[in-house]
Amino acid sequence: MGVQYYNPACMKPASFDYLAPRSLEEALDYLAEHGYEAKVLAGGQSLVPAMNFRLARPAVLVDINPLSELDYLEETDHRLRIGTLVRHSTFEKPVCQGPTGRLLAMAARHVGHWPIRVRGTFGGSLAHADPAAEWCVIARLLDADLVTRSSSGGRHIPAEMFFQTVFTTALEPDELLLEARLPLLSSDTKVGFQQFSRRAGDFALAMVAVAFQIEEGKVMNPRIALGGVSDRPLRAPEAEQMIEGADPGDPSFRAAAETAAREIEAIGDIHGSASYRRDLVRALTRRAFEQAITIS
Amino acid sequence: MSNRTEVEVRLNVNGRDYRVRVEPRRTLADTLRDNCGLTGTHLGCEHGVCGACTILADGEPVRACLMFAVQCEGMELRTVEGLADGDRLHPLQQAFWENHGLQCGFCTPGFLMLATGYLEQRPEPDEEELKEMLSSNLCRCTGYQNILKAVKQAAAEMRG
Ligand SMILES: Cc1cc2nc3c(=O)[nH]c(=O)nc-3n(C[C@H](O)[C@H](O)[C@H](O)COP(=O)(O)OP(=O)(O)OC[C@H]3O[C@@H](n4cnc5c(N)ncnc54)[C@H](O)[C@@H]3O)c2cc1C
Ligand code: FES
Ligand code: FES
Repeated sequence: MGVQYYNPACMKPASFDYLAPRSLEEALDYLAEHGYEAKVLAGGQSLVPAMNFRLARPAVLVDINPLSELDYLEETDHRLRIGTLVRHSTFEKPVCQGPTGRLLAMAARHVGHWPIRVRGTFGGSLAHADPAAEWCVIARLLDADLVTRSSSGGRHIPAEMFFQTVFTTALEPDELLLEARLPLLSSDTKVGFQQFSRRAGDFALAMVAVAFQIEEGKVMNPRIALGGVSDRPLRAPEAEQMIEGADPGDPSFRAAAETAAREIEAIGDIHGSASYRRDLVRALTRRAFEQAITIS
Repeated sequence: MSNRTEVEVRLNVNGRDYRVRVEPRRTLADTLRDNCGLTGTHLGCEHGVCGACTILADGEPVRACLMFAVQCEGMELRTVEGLADGDRLHPLQQAFWENHGLQCGFCTPGFLMLATGYLEQRPEPDEEELKEMLSSNLCRCTGYQNILKAVKQAAAEMRG
């Protein structure tokens, strides 16, 4: 999946009003005032390409880059709180001890290229909701709690409800994504992340993230999330169920991979057919489990 | 601050201040080229894929086609024009020359700025890291091998 634009006739954005709020409150007021007319400008690494192609023509841009109070990482109550403005590149090295930081670092190196990671933001990626976005898959894997704010209040949206379909989230036009909260996985949690793309830095044709524990020699609390195969990041509940309590190893990993490939509703497009994506899910799920057990 | 019509923006590029009047929709790349006369920053795809427009903003490589000039007040911007010291080429420019790291040269400013940012942060890169970094930008001519060679040579030279 990933963004495909093609309109060689026009490569300059349409005009807009530029608003640079000095505080979060001011930003929220602008969004309340302009509603559907306005767009939040975060890293600009998805929005500006869309504007250059005139696929997006917001009348107003509310630039949140000056709001450094939205750029923070905090650990509280077994949660990692990620401010919306934290740049992708921040995660290249683990931002916290343990499997959560490790998993984020494993995924970070796949998010576009270095210059994209320097600007692009964690929250911007979630709000953009590309089904092949690494952060969306991680959010779905770990059941992220997405914290939003508008001038009329705030909400907590579970990742499962947040991602609705391609480029579509539960966010209202006047609502800002403030923070993503991820669980700090216990130190014995094994994590794996695998994806396939044709060229380094491209959006992946498919990606798989897994997390699980091993208790008394059995796989416990398995989570499997998939990206790039459907209109939004998915979990693979049947595969999770079947591997729960199994002996970790090649046979159970293969069986889970087989189930994941079967249960998902894969979408075909010009980059790959649905059945090709299923094949990828099968291979990547197995590899993600193997990776998890070998390196963590 | 709100305006669809032109606004005044102060840009600091290669240590020099430029006062320009631009519409908010004017990208940083277009502003550098058309308003500052710094045409070394090239535009290939204008949607973040090719890297021809890569410059350094506060020491980090960014796609100048994906930023607006109005966002860049107060940033320290560096473009390919700022690399050479008079007639003395920057070690990366010299190394590209010596290793035939360019053919048509369209991608070269972007690669130079990408590699400058990289080597300033990581003076002792390994080959795999270098390849991954260079995959950020597209070159249609060289096949990358000579670019890689040039960056390795420059890295050694810059370490002294
Ligand atoms: C060449 C290239 C390759 C890429 N490859 C990948 C890749 O492999 N994987 C990947 O995941 N991404 C990739 N991207 C996209 C990149 O990760 C973007 O940074 C990300 O999708 C959007 O984040 P941003 O901060 O740039 O947001 P923007 O582009 O600024 O915004 C994106 C959307 O989110 C909205 N938004 C942003 N922040 C908020 C907020 N706090 N609250 C409400 N709405 C908000 C904006 O209004 C806009 O609609 C690539 C981009 C490019 C140019
Ligand atoms: S012109 Fe900016 S990345 Fe291609
Ligand atoms: S030298 Fe021609 S594109 Fe790189």
